[in-house]
Amino acid sequence: MTATAEAARDTQAPPPEGPGKERTRPRPWRSRLCRWDVRYSPYAFVAPFFLFFSAFGVFPLLYTGWASLHRVELSSPDHMEWAGAHNYLRLLDDDFFWNALRNTFTIGVLSTVPQLLMALGLAHLLHFRLRAASFWRVALLTPYATSVAAATLVFVLLYGRDYGMVNWALGAAGIGPVDWQSGRWTSQLAVSSIVIWRWTGYNALIYLAAMQAVPDELYESAALDGASRTQQFRHVTVPALRPTILFTVVVSTIGATQLFGEPLLFGGAGGQKGGAAHQFQTLGLYLYEQGWYDFHLGRASAVAWTMFLILLLIGAVNAVIARQLGKTR
Amino acid sequence: MGGPRRPGPAVVALATVTALAVALLGSCARDGGGTEPGGGGRTTVTVGTFGVFGYKQAGLYAEYERLHPDVTIKESVIERNDTYYPQLLTHLAAGSGLSDIQAVEVGNIHDVATTQADRFEDLSRARGVHKGDWLDWKWAQATAADGRTVGLGTDIGPIAVCYRKDLFQKAGLPTDRDRVGRLWAGDWQKYLDVGRAYRRNAPSGTVFTDSAAGIYNASIHGYAERYYDRRGRAVYRKSPAVRASWRLAVQAARGGLTARLKQFEKPWDQAFANGRFATVACPPWMLGYIKEKAGPAGKDKWDVAAAPRPANWGGSFVTVPRAGRHRAAAVALAVWLTAPEQQAKLFDRQASIPSTPASYAMPLVRDARNPYFGGAPTGRIFAEAARNIPTLVIGPKEQQIGTAFTDVAIPQVEQQGRSPRAAWKAAQKEIDNAVDA
Repeated sequence: MTATAEAARDTQAPPPEGPGKERTRPRPWRSRLCRWDVRYSPYAFVAPFFLFFSAFGVFPLLYTGWASLHRVELSSPDHMEWAGAHNYLRLLDDDFFWNALRNTFTIGVLSTVPQLLMALGLAHLLHFRLRAASFWRVALLTPYATSVAAATLVFVLLYGRDYGMVNWALGAAGIGPVDWQSGRWTSQLAVSSIVIWRWTGYNALIYLAAMQAVPDELYESAALDGASRTQQFRHVTVPALRPTILFTVVVSTIGATQLFGEPLLFGGAGGQKGGAAHQFQTLGLYLYEQGWYDFHLGRASAVAWTMFLILLLIGAVNAVIARQLGKTR
Repeated sequence: MGGPRRPGPAVVALATVTALAVALLGSCARDGGGTEPGGGGRTTVTVGTFGVFGYKQAGLYAEYERLHPDVTIKESVIERNDTYYPQLLTHLAAGSGLSDIQAVEVGNIHDVATTQADRFEDLSRARGVHKGDWLDWKWAQATAADGRTVGLGTDIGPIAVCYRKDLFQKAGLPTDRDRVGRLWAGDWQKYLDVGRAYRRNAPSGTVFTDSAAGIYNASIHGYAERYYDRRGRAVYRKSPAVRASWRLAVQAARGGLTARLKQFEKPWDQAFANGRFATVACPPWMLGYIKEKAGPAGKDKWDVAAAPRPANWGGSFVTVPRAGRHRAAAVALAVWLTAPEQQAKLFDRQASIPSTPASYAMPLVRDARNPYFGGAPTGRIFAEAARNIPTLVIGPKEQQIGTAFTDVAIPQVEQQGRSPRAAWKAAQKEIDNAVDA
């Protein structure tokens, strides 16, 4: 940024000899090269990223959009037949799509809300002076470092109907065995619990970092006013953390919209259906089922673009809320 | 793919780019299978398969390399066919990334033969191939309308019933495999009747069979026309095969004859280990699976009896894509691997039943006994079942339609307690969504 700003100033500065002479006598090569260097090098440095990004980010995005306007089958992906908005209109009365959208929403709420609340609480606890503070912080981050596949496979065993540990524990408490995978709410709770387990620690660390930036004077004056620990948390910590909370809400929402690996592996063989009644099929799974199981690449592309538009909508809502927050402060 | 991602956009993009770049370089590296420099003109033939074909384990690659010192064989395996096949399709469309030999599962062979035939070598013209070596229906499945044969049959999956002798005895049923086979000979309905008899005296904690979907599969794969008729019309709503098999599955599910399990999932494995069910309809390729999951504790408890009706479940083909590097060498290898002698050797090691009847008379198959299954003459039992299998008509969306029943409708009745009528409707809706372009 500073380099380009300097370069801009450089070109705008009036040449010492006046404009007329400047045109007739070209600048020496060295200074011109130097000027180009200052002006264009930054672009060269960032270019690799943008080249890769356009090859593997922008191009697939646009191509998916193009494919979504066609009938394309995986059996012959190079044969595209123009279909206009058919794939999108078809989604409107596609019960499977709406079901997946509903599931994505409910699993999103079931996983995001408890996750962020717990993260906030954990961060509050970690904010106290603790023995072996870094140990606790690293411990919080370990679930985040495990692979989705490994974690989910363990959870599948825990939630097993016949031989699972959760049912064994419930049985010890006198509650009959629960068929976690078959029920709509039980399966969604189970999938959510995997997400919560993986992401709570990560969000807690983000909150903790934000809490450490809150000036101590605020707490001191609150304490002088006679505020208890809980009151301090509610009236000092949470308001100070508002932008951070908003950030984590947005990022978690994006993650929840794209939820894929956990429900897929939770479903076991044929997991792309998300259970016999599609009770935990998310949008990501429906996309995968349509594209790579039923071979309808065009329809899968339309689902992908719909998901993208939903995310843009979430982003817009976020921007509005952020602006409101900025005003009130 | 992948679950929720939390890092900032730049990190995500960078990570994605790195991953993709690595993947790209990796696939480039895989493409370069060709002739090794300085290797004295050795040819490396690559073989792509899903699951365990057992060629390597049976020593067939090593034997071929001994016979042809100028050839090296490399195998790349993807575990599951539902990952393998979409990848094969994209590689075919791109014309790169293909192995010289590509295996194709029976559920996909119709697709390959009808929509992709021009991308494969016509193996019916290859030297050393005699159409008459294969079972007629197996040959027909890989043959396109214009007479080109895109795949050579490897194994087939004639169905038998694996049963627990100890549980049968406790339930007061015969244990001898011939007598057990006679209990239900001719009709899967009789198999359910035996199940009801078992249920009346069942040892505690056990049920008759693993899953209603298993019965459905075993039944429906015995019919020539299932989801499509001979003229290629979709008949999955009305075909007698679907109706009869559906009725059997519903009866089993609602009659408490099943352990309400899903095949090939962890709880199913655990149920084998715990001796939870007494019978399972088993193609030959399942015997190794049972042995592994039931473990040493199940030795001599399991046995194999003939199924009520001959049926085929599973089996594969090998193909040679035209975009491969060493087509001539690949064809020669494919022909050799699927010749009756080699199929017999594969049976000896891997228990996969040959699709070439000439193998059945060979001592490796004829005299084979499986020590884990009480010394059952598995070669004879499965070869007998294979002879009477009808020519199975396969259509384009075979797998999608099949799973609408086995993964959707049947578990809805069996595990979620929905009414058969509602579940049947759900399956039809599922199929409509899958077949609608």
